[in-house]
Amino acid sequence: METANTYNYKVVRQFAVMTIVWGIVGMTVGVLIAAQLVWPELNFDTPWLTYSRLRPLHTNAVIFAFGGSALFATSYYVVQRTCQTRLFSDRLAAFTFWGWTLVILLAAVSLPLGITTSKEYAELEWPIDLLIAVVWVSYAVVFFGTIMKRKVKHIYVANWFYGAFILTVAVLHIVNSMALPVSLTKSYSLYPGAIDAMVQWWYGHNAVGFFLTAGFLGMMYYFIPKQAERPVYSYRLSVVHFWALISTYMWAGPHHLHYTALPDWAQSLGMVFSLILLAPSWGGMINGMMTLSGAWHKLRTDPILKFLVVSLSFYGMSTFEGPMMAIKTVNALSHYTDWTIGHVHSGALGWVALVSIGSIYFLIPKLFGKEQMYSVKLIDTHFWIATVGIVLYIVSMWIAGIMQGLMWRAVNDDGTLTYSFVESLKAMYPYYTVRFIGGLLFLSGMFIMAYNAFKTISGATPATQPATQTA
Amino acid sequence: MSNFWSWWIIVISVGNIVACYWLIKWAGKKRAGEAAAGEVTGHAWDEGTLEEFNNPMPRWWLWMFYATILFAFAYLALYPGLGNWKGTLGWTSTGQYDAEIKKADAEYKPIFAAFAQVPVDQLASVPKAVKVGQRLFLNYCATCHGSDAGGARGFPNLTDGDWLYGGDAETIKLTILDGRNGVMPPWKDALGEQGINEVTQYVLSLSGRKHDAALASAGKTRFDTMCMACHGMDGKGNKALGAPNLTDNVWLYGGSEGVIKKTISEGRNGHMPAHRNFLGEDKVHVLAAYIYSLSN
Repeated sequence: METANTYNYKVVRQFAVMTIVWGIVGMTVGVLIAAQLVWPELNFDTPWLTYSRLRPLHTNAVIFAFGGSALFATSYYVVQRTCQTRLFSDRLAAFTFWGWTLVILLAAVSLPLGITTSKEYAELEWPIDLLIAVVWVSYAVVFFGTIMKRKVKHIYVANWFYGAFILTVAVLHIVNSMALPVSLTKSYSLYPGAIDAMVQWWYGHNAVGFFLTAGFLGMMYYFIPKQAERPVYSYRLSVVHFWALISTYMWAGPHHLHYTALPDWAQSLGMVFSLILLAPSWGGMINGMMTLSGAWHKLRTDPILKFLVVSLSFYGMSTFEGPMMAIKTVNALSHYTDWTIGHVHSGALGWVALVSIGSIYFLIPKLFGKEQMYSVKLIDTHFWIATVGIVLYIVSMWIAGIMQGLMWRAVNDDGTLTYSFVESLKAMYPYYTVRFIGGLLFLSGMFIMAYNAFKTISGATPATQPATQTA
Repeated sequence: MSNFWSWWIIVISVGNIVACYWLIKWAGKKRAGEAAAGEVTGHAWDEGTLEEFNNPMPRWWLWMFYATILFAFAYLALYPGLGNWKGTLGWTSTGQYDAEIKKADAEYKPIFAAFAQVPVDQLASVPKAVKVGQRLFLNYCATCHGSDAGGARGFPNLTDGDWLYGGDAETIKLTILDGRNGVMPPWKDALGEQGINEVTQYVLSLSGRKHDAALASAGKTRFDTMCMACHGMDGKGNKALGAPNLTDNVWLYGGSEGVIKKTISEGRNGHMPAHRNFLGEDKVHVLAAYIYSLSN
């Protein structure tokens, strides 16, 4: 095989397949801990099966293992196709795959053992953080190296978003993980008190903004026009919403720390920028949706397009909900409740997972030299199961969260609280049960996907694609 | 913060917002020779399969963008946000907190002040006060003592009439107001393994439990020199110190042989936090009445 004149599909295949595998793993843990909230005895009195240890495993697995693999797979595919050149370095690309896999395996062992920095979405201890930094810098070299040797003049919009995501996540990860190690498994943050909290949420919110938004917008900008076979709606809109999105996201972190020890000025700026963020966020949704004008009829027959378009609806919904929740008075009710969990999952399941699933369904046949997936009907089944699952999840968490917020602040005419905490917890049983069912449905969809992918791949020969044509 | 940092914040935050506005204007401009709206820009990727239209930004979207920018400037004029600028409304989060507390105090303090006029033991038979006390209990005490006040391991049962520090009304109130520290020192080093075994057997004998008589009698000698100071000659405890009665078969940390052994060798450190500053004396008064009513 003449590798110099073909695209590197090997690393794309590896990450694409692992997206499905890690999706199943991460979501299984999620369903287990959702069940533990209804039936606490499901921790079997085993320390490493307790909610507190499995919850960070769930978040890390779905964000960085599932979401991360989807981003690696699609960005490597998209950057090659739109630059019309092979990846900058095959060996470095292979290193990112095996390095990332090692990071995930280390997380899967260390988190259940209770080894944690206790920083949300950055729980992994310093030796793993170092490995992540090395893998991520290699990723940046492969990606930007490929951009540098592109055979086309312009850089496609998807690559701006992927590029911003890769650069920013490197900065976020390195700054937030600065710590003083005291042993191989324990370190202390370099930042004191409220500063540590601010750095953490500057990281945390931009992990949402760049890992879970910018990166997946990159995905959206390639796979929607490809699948719809229509040009992107507006080049102008993509320029404006790209720069506005990446600059304003940087400021939004303090809305996670309303009414805390964080100085008032920082809280206000966080709120104001979160509101400004609404239009730049919606820019991506509009551009994706409007790309379908003239192709809406395809939704009837094309379940992959359904995944991609519905993901944009959830994206639009949660990027409207986010700024609203960042308003201090709303936040006073929503903060610390399950509303936040619902909001995160409308983004994570509705946007991130659906757009990834749609893109992987697009990719798998192409990577394995097939016309289409083994069963288009099963893609459709997957779509409906997943959508019903998300709706059950979000709606139950909305009700649960608003109910918690209202119960916690209700007072009697003598000024005492109307409900004790445990009463608000008891009121959650029905909603936690519905959430568990929603999660279970979503997970079963992933098994359908795995079956469909297995049937497509088995017996197929890996595809090679010449990279020499010019447009 | 210093003027430098204040201006730093103002310049980059306002600069960012202004840059967004400028970006919209800049990108919205028509350029010579560009494709018309509804036409593709002429850029193409992926073997010509990916193109872009040169459509204008949707007007309603632009208005939404402008509205949030306007809101931002208005908010940052009214509220603290731009460095040292305090905002024209003079709002602070501590100010809001203080105002809410003041309002609540004005509304609710008289209710508790009225209850506080009645001695705790009499208040315990006023149903309304007991109900208020129970609400306080469920929020501030139930986490450790349980919703039914039945206690848990290490946290005393408040319904059984057995009191470590005394169950009269004023003592209960004092316990809640100032908290308690129930410290039992570890005896591992002083007693040795044999000594611990002996004292354990003696302690078992005090409440009439099954025990080894020979070990227990050796244990008594040790008890009389080392434990008596707090738990008393007869092991009936000392309420002034909060030393438990060892003869009544009520166990704070568990009464099995193993647990007793562990208590003696490693000691215990019970902590009831003080609520004087947190709840205020009047609320504690009502709370004490509720606790008192549970066993009287």
